[in-house]
Amino acid sequence: MSSTKGIWKVISASSAGTLIEWYDFYIFGSLSTIISHKFFPDSNPTAALLSTLATFAAGFIVRPFGALVFGRLGDLIGRKYTFLLTLVLMGGSTFLIGCVPSYASIGGWAPMLVLLLRLLQGLALGGEYGGAATYVAEHVPAARRGYYTSFIQTTATLGLFLSLGVILSVRRITGVEAFTNGDGWRYPFLLSIILVAVSVFIRLRMNESPLFLQLKSSGKTSKNPLKESFGHKTNFKMVLLALFGATMGQGVIWYSSQFYAQNFILTKCLIEYEQANTIILIALVIATPFFIIFGSLSDKWGRKNIMLTGMLLGALLYRPIFQQLYATADVSKKVILANETSIKYASEAVKASAGDSLHTTTITNYFEDGTRQKIVSKQKILAGGEKLPAVVTKETVLGETGRINMIAYIALMVVFVTMVYGPIAAFLVELFPTRIRYTSMSLPYHIGNGVFGGLVPFIATLITTLPGTDYLSGLWYPIIVAALSFVIGSLYLSNKIDNNIAD
Amino acid sequence: MNQLKRILGIVWLLLGPIIIFVLIKSAVSNIDVHGKGDINKPLPWIIIISIFTPIAVGLMIFGWYAFKGEYDRLPESSNEL
Repeated sequence: MSSTKGIWKVISASSAGTLIEWYDFYIFGSLSTIISHKFFPDSNPTAALLSTLATFAAGFIVRPFGALVFGRLGDLIGRKYTFLLTLVLMGGSTFLIGCVPSYASIGGWAPMLVLLLRLLQGLALGGEYGGAATYVAEHVPAARRGYYTSFIQTTATLGLFLSLGVILSVRRITGVEAFTNGDGWRYPFLLSIILVAVSVFIRLRMNESPLFLQLKSSGKTSKNPLKESFGHKTNFKMVLLALFGATMGQGVIWYSSQFYAQNFILTKCLIEYEQANTIILIALVIATPFFIIFGSLSDKWGRKNIMLTGMLLGALLYRPIFQQLYATADVSKKVILANETSIKYASEAVKASAGDSLHTTTITNYFEDGTRQKIVSKQKILAGGEKLPAVVTKETVLGETGRINMIAYIALMVVFVTMVYGPIAAFLVELFPTRIRYTSMSLPYHIGNGVFGGLVPFIATLITTLPGTDYLSGLWYPIIVAALSFVIGSLYLSNKIDNNIAD
Repeated sequence: MNQLKRILGIVWLLLGPIIIFVLIKSAVSNIDVHGKGDINKPLPWIIIISIFTPIAVGLMIFGWYAFKGEYDRLPESSNEL
């Protein structure tokens, strides 16, 4: 495609849809605590089992499976209609999650319906990315392929940004109580249908990829993309190389720098919910332009060099950076303003009980650097006088300097993400031939991101249960995987850019 | 360089079964009916082991290809695939 205007039309149509798919996928994750409470009550063992399935199966099994199903379709019938289908599937599932009545209303049907819709989301996501990346790459000039495809690469981070932004906004508009205990949490899901309708309308007006059309008109499309991708050694060895030398390391860097960091500042640094998410949002805004910068630089320096530098930086710097995040929020190292400490006591009768009461003590400490920490202790005293163990929660709101430092550390880690992720679409597209490109690139991408990346929280938790570990030990998983991928990529990958992807 | 690629192929080949062994061992020591975390439930482990086993086999195949010199020279064009 020669017209710059046409290229931007292709990029914006593809990116808008992919961004919405990521938004849809993330709102479920971001609202998982509320969803769990509404649909998967702990008291019901089957619901709890379905909850675990929804968490694990959607990312680990269904995403790679979606890559196979839709990758095959994309190589058989074309890119355009396949990634239209994934968009409709994703948007429809997300909207319907927002409509499912709670467990309290329809019992066991609620968790089953939510699980089914979550699996459809995972399936759709597995098919979307490969289509969008291939579609854009097959439209743009070879010399700037890294630059143009990097716009698709911004969508995953912008989807996270959009989901956090919508959740925080709706939470403010409806109020925390209505959002959490009422129906406020449903609005981010329902909003998806409008976003998807607009995106489908735009995508319907786009043409099929010129390289795919050329292949189709000459009758050279693959008859069996799965067999050609994974059954023939010459191509299969490249799929394995893409997985172990690139997407595996990229996946763990992606998840650690964004999701693990978000989880770490909430659960280990105990930063207040709204401040923690605002810190992530600002860091994402600061770092997002680097997707374009590194995508563009990969056209000059090669894809491999930039991606592997990002992996190496992550492997070397994660521990010191997370250590700094923890130190920034550690109030034991801060100077307390003792005469400003406030203590409040409150007692109330527990509703629908035989005289039980709940006693709440709230201590707010203020520190010299502007940080404040709220410690809330709730203790239930039964009618007979027996005291149940107190439940203590801590919440820290950082002062200005601490907040800026935390934003800087997380933005730096998101820059590592932009290094590994910015050039990867161009890299994967160039690795495989047009006739089986969608199938061949989708599987290593979704195993790298869905399985290796998605396992970061689980394996990090697993490591912290081992004797002698501390709050930073969970980082060994992404560090080792990124280092391994760095070694494999350095040795076996080529930094040469394939200018002809029409073959 | 090609010699190093081939020698490391043996490492990747051995890493596959080690990963499967470590996962099974971790599952056995962490599954606990009284535990409340995901880590104590059998289902996540069943899913992870079943999805990681083919990946570990993939790593072994990658190691075998590397050992046999399949990555000594990468294809220059798609016609070679």
